[in-house]
Amino acid sequence: MTMAIPDDVKYTKEHEWVKLEGNIATIGITDYAQEQLGDIVMIEFPAEGTTVVKNDAFGVLESVKSVSDVFAPLSGKVIEVNDPLTDSPGIVNEDCYGEGWLIKIELSKPQETEELMNAKAYETYLKEES
Amino acid sequence: MIAREMGEHEVRPYKQIMKRTPLYDIHKKLGGRMVEFGGWEMPVQYKGVMEEHHAVRERAGLFDISHMGEIFVEGPKAHDFINYLTTNDIYRIENGGCQYSACCYENGGVVDDVISYQFSPEKYLVVVNASNTEKDFEWFKKNNTLGVSIRNRSAEFCQLALQGPLSQKILEPLVETDLGLLKYYTFVETFFQGKEIIISRTGYTGEDGFELYGKWGEAPFFWNSLLEQGAGDGIMPVGLSARDTLRLESAYSLYGHEISETINPFEARLNWIVKLDKSDFIGKKILKKIKAGGPHRTLIGLEMVDAGVPRQGYKIWFGDQEAGEVTSGTFSPTLNKGIALALVKSENALENEFEIEIRGAKRRGRSIILPFYKRGG
Repeated sequence: MTMAIPDDVKYTKEHEWVKLEGNIATIGITDYAQEQLGDIVMIEFPAEGTTVVKNDAFGVLESVKSVSDVFAPLSGKVIEVNDPLTDSPGIVNEDCYGEGWLIKIELSKPQETEELMNAKAYETYLKEES
Repeated sequence: MIAREMGEHEVRPYKQIMKRTPLYDIHKKLGGRMVEFGGWEMPVQYKGVMEEHHAVRERAGLFDISHMGEIFVEGPKAHDFINYLTTNDIYRIENGGCQYSACCYENGGVVDDVISYQFSPEKYLVVVNASNTEKDFEWFKKNNTLGVSIRNRSAEFCQLALQGPLSQKILEPLVETDLGLLKYYTFVETFFQGKEIIISRTGYTGEDGFELYGKWGEAPFFWNSLLEQGAGDGIMPVGLSARDTLRLESAYSLYGHEISETINPFEARLNWIVKLDKSDFIGKKILKKIKAGGPHRTLIGLEMVDAGVPRQGYKIWFGDQEAGEVTSGTFSPTLNKGIALALVKSENALENEFEIEIRGAKRRGRSIILPFYKRGG
């Protein structure tokens, strides 16, 4: 199966992607992750304004058959959550790198971005995993 | 992103060597995601659980259930043996009839839930859960005081389920029998494109449909023929995930969840398969007592009022009292909300408002009359 791995975002081993624009990071889950989860039916977001810490769970994705934590790839303050997903969580399955983004954070430790993988590294990581 | 709980079946990536059905390669080709289930490598989904679920409710779905066990009981006393081993009354069905029943322990706990197929009073096929096949086979042999022949022929038979409103239309042209005459919970031995097959009008989805038993090695032929025949009617292969959401909406019990060694049939509201007025059977004594006193726990149906998806093991609260726990929970593709079967204290079973504890927070749910979904209802 071919997974979409766009090269304009960075990746984590927990199968999240991060798009960096200045000090703002948009965070979502990868094509591999949404494929593994199957149909996503419910999402729990953190409140806007809360602080997330790298590697801590910040939200929950429920698919028909499973519950998954979503871990913060970076530390910072949540400045926006993708509200439309509350009513239409299936958007994450349809467009995980676009309309299906989860949250935006303002980075508190920008140096953490250095630990993220680029598309090529993530692709290699995925191959090793499977 | 790490899955920390995996819903109904214990779904995890397969690592050790596991059994495969004769359709394994076909499942892979169809894009089936293979997982471990009861020692078998089975497709959990192909295109997606929602799509597959709706296909069965609206059109037709094809399931590989070859992992299930087939135990044959034969001999002059087969009739009495089945009646001694199961809680339902086998004298109530005729040749060509199927009967849903349970095998119980002396203490009333459930060994397995089974379907008995009566070829004659001297020959039965007992269809058992995949993960219980060995246990059931040993249990039958251990209790064989009537000297019947008991054979585990699971490796000889494939089993497919064709389920959904268009099932008869799809199957009819392929078989040498008039399916219109095949009533619910009856079976027929016939031919499928010249190959021997047993067809019963049974299923685990709440829709009209059939379960087919043929030679193990001929499974790919049956499978491909049905997919081809049903292509114009929108048939889809369906995996274990949708099998579970479909059965849960129909409030059918799943062994290890609603019934188990520690959950008796009265607690699971399976009174209708326990016939205390028939001759002696294993567990009768205790079951009689349980019925007289009323079970301590009762299975109820809940739907979420607040957002959330109930899962097995979640606690149920009535006010500040812990009332019980979820035995099976899922997001219902038909109702578009979280639903659960839950075992609660019998004193709470008639209440309407409950709370389900989801990740430490209590969310509102309400009791609803089972099943969650009924065809034509």
